[in-house]
Amino acid sequence: MSHSQTASVRVADHEVHHASPTPIGFWIYLMSDCIIFGALFATYAVLGGGFAGGPGPKDLFEPGFVAIETALLLFSSITFGLAMLQADKGKRDGTMMWLVITGLLGAGFIAMELYEFRHLIHIGAGPDRSAFLSSFFALVGTHGLHVTGGIIWLVTLLTQIKAHGLTTANMRRLGTLSMFWHFLDLIWIGVFSFVYLVRLI
Amino acid sequence: MANAQPAETFSPIFGRLTFEWIPIHEPILVATFAGVALGGLAVLALMTYFKLWGPLWRDWIVSVDHKKIGIMYMVLGFVMMIRGFADALMMRAQQAMAAGGSEGWLPPHHYDQVFTAHGVIMIFFVAMPFVTGIMNYVMPMQIGARDVAFPFLNNFSFWMTVSGALLVNISLFIGEFARVGWLAFPPLSGSSYSTGPGMDYYLWALQIAGVGTTLSGINLIATVLKMRAPGMKLMDMPIFTWTALITNVLIVAAFPVLTATLALLTLDRYADFHFFTNDFGGNAMMYINLIWIWGHPEVYILIIPCFGVFSEIVSTFSRKPIFGYKTMVWATACIMVLSFVVWLHHFFTMGSGASVNTFFGITTMIIAVPTGVKIFNWLFTMYKGSVRLEVPMLWTIGFLVTFTIGGMTGVLLAVPPVDFQLHNTLFLIAHFHNVIIGGVVFAVYAAVSYWWPKAFGFQMSDKWGKRSFWFWFIGFYVAFMPLYALGLMGVTRRMNSYVDAGWQPYFIIAACGAVLILLGIACTFMNFYVSIRDRKKNLVGGDPWDARTLEWATQSPPAPYNFPFDLEVKGREAFWTMKQQGFKWPTENYKPIHMPKGTATGVVLSAIAMIFGFAMVWYIWWLAILSFAAMVGIGIAHTFNYKRDYYIPVDEVAATEAKGAAV
Repeated sequence: MSHSQTASVRVADHEVHHASPTPIGFWIYLMSDCIIFGALFATYAVLGGGFAGGPGPKDLFEPGFVAIETALLLFSSITFGLAMLQADKGKRDGTMMWLVITGLLGAGFIAMELYEFRHLIHIGAGPDRSAFLSSFFALVGTHGLHVTGGIIWLVTLLTQIKAHGLTTANMRRLGTLSMFWHFLDLIWIGVFSFVYLVRLI
Repeated sequence: MANAQPAETFSPIFGRLTFEWIPIHEPILVATFAGVALGGLAVLALMTYFKLWGPLWRDWIVSVDHKKIGIMYMVLGFVMMIRGFADALMMRAQQAMAAGGSEGWLPPHHYDQVFTAHGVIMIFFVAMPFVTGIMNYVMPMQIGARDVAFPFLNNFSFWMTVSGALLVNISLFIGEFARVGWLAFPPLSGSSYSTGPGMDYYLWALQIAGVGTTLSGINLIATVLKMRAPGMKLMDMPIFTWTALITNVLIVAAFPVLTATLALLTLDRYADFHFFTNDFGGNAMMYINLIWIWGHPEVYILIIPCFGVFSEIVSTFSRKPIFGYKTMVWATACIMVLSFVVWLHHFFTMGSGASVNTFFGITTMIIAVPTGVKIFNWLFTMYKGSVRLEVPMLWTIGFLVTFTIGGMTGVLLAVPPVDFQLHNTLFLIAHFHNVIIGGVVFAVYAAVSYWWPKAFGFQMSDKWGKRSFWFWFIGFYVAFMPLYALGLMGVTRRMNSYVDAGWQPYFIIAACGAVLILLGIACTFMNFYVSIRDRKKNLVGGDPWDARTLEWATQSPPAPYNFPFDLEVKGREAFWTMKQQGFKWPTENYKPIHMPKGTATGVVLSAIAMIFGFAMVWYIWWLAILSFAAMVGIGIAHTFNYKRDYYIPVDEVAATEAKGAAV
């Protein structure tokens, strides 16, 4: 066997320090989350035409409203990026300020989404009306739940950065939350195009 | 669990849980409950008497050591196997009796719960814990690591799996279980046709356990990618580690689909959504597609690590490197990809047309090619090797024969016109038991007998191991060959009773086979007992089998830190290389070893998750809200703990190593 000539095992000279597995682990988690969204997108694709005699996208969606919602979320990604730049420079206060702005933009997005849901349910276009609306509420609602989770995480991390500063552990957490936040932005672009735009054409 | 369910009532405090849901009028269940309660009390009393509570809590329940967690997974698997196999015996007894007008001993309402519970338990709470446990125990040591990438997450994943298993068992004594088959197809599993808590037990048990499985998958992938000993290339990893990597990729890719699908069905049932209903635009076939997009990879999640187990065993007991290492890796990778493009073969009868069925029929048949490559690799590894027929090797040879037969009947089922005849018949049941028993169960038994001396420092009994093998091996054929024949006669699955008395002899033979398997299981437990009783006589060193991979370079049982020093590895079969080089561990200059601390957060969160599931099943909304808030709160509180590790001092390392050298 060719490999046996070069094979060798010895005690390492220095103690082995593995790079933190957190970034790759979190990436893998995001991919699994992406597949959850994939299943929900597929469900929307298949059942999205099941109006059951009820209202369709053109009756329900207002492009202007959704555009503002989208803008809030996209801007929150930019502000998170600015927070990361501040963190890399080791500026705690600047980081926290941009994180607070990011959280507020996210909260604005969630508030608008809740308003839209409430409105739809109010006019009799709730998730129990048709398979189309069921799959709409499931897809958009799951994204909204993720953003809500992201805001809770953000508030937690703000407390921790305030208490301990930009330590290695906190920087790692900031990095993973940043990945999560941009990931949700990416998913929303899919939702915006596939749920709102395409159905309005 | 009477024929008629209790009337639906609702109270703000207990939800829909009323005293009528406690099955005190069911003699079978009352007797079971009495048995479980008495056995449980005896265990509790003994543990208190021997003062074992502290050690159990400190050394096991809160432990983040991958070896402890691996062993706990195996214990869970064996305990749940007793439950799942009891269900199997009940079904075999029912079908052996209920011919030609006889109704047997289980009414349909009960029988339907039994076959559902059997499938759910055997897949989710027996086979899954077994393969996850083996991967947890063996893989980190094979790559020269001290633990997995995320030790706390590992502990949490395990306890979430336990919570799911407990929910299924609670349903036995409080309420009922689902009566829908193991994959719960709607509309039968929807709120119109499955009223009562049984179906909700199913949903919440699987959802909670599924969280654990997905997280464990992420954890083990990160472990293989990031924690390998310096110098160990991917193409130098032991085959078992390769199969563990590929299995966990499948878990991470497939389980989210299950999560989403079950969540959609939950919304249908709880919030009047219309994904899978007959009305309002819903489509039940959407569920069946989605669940099999998870379900087919799932069977490969179960079998691929087993291929890894057999690869290690064949190589060790033939005293040869595995034949065709690279083809083994690529064959496994091919199976990984192909397993995602065959799901429709589970429902050729859906009516998607000849072209679609042809595509999925052909992709299914193609999987036989890489699998065949593996079979030949194992055979060629044995060829001209000095084969030792120890117990692990017996299971391996039993597997080669049995799995090949099961694979061939699978290819038969992959032919759409044949499948139209055999769909939902006992032929299918025989096929998948043929591959799951012949593949997964045999592999688990092989793995337990192979790695037992590593885990505990003494050998298992050869005599009882061989008895167990022969009862299982012969029992399998006696139990399932008649089902192939019945399936060809057109007998459908899940029948409570049947008219044609001509079928009865086959069912009676199958029941006899189940009894033989029962004896096989009894021999296994006898083996545990005898081996532990005689452990002083059968002590072994680090390498009892003259094996080839790194886990055998540790003590038996391994120290908490696995290896006293970090290793640098070049080439495959690192431990074999060490033996060739005459490697000796240094006995001085130890350094403190950095290790993760145990934590109770995992078990506490999982216990609350179980309470949450129970509250949701019974519509006890206040408890559901409270327990969910508690989970979020405790989860957040856990992130405020920054001190998660410690150093094992040099003295302790030196003492542990000196003790190991004495064996």
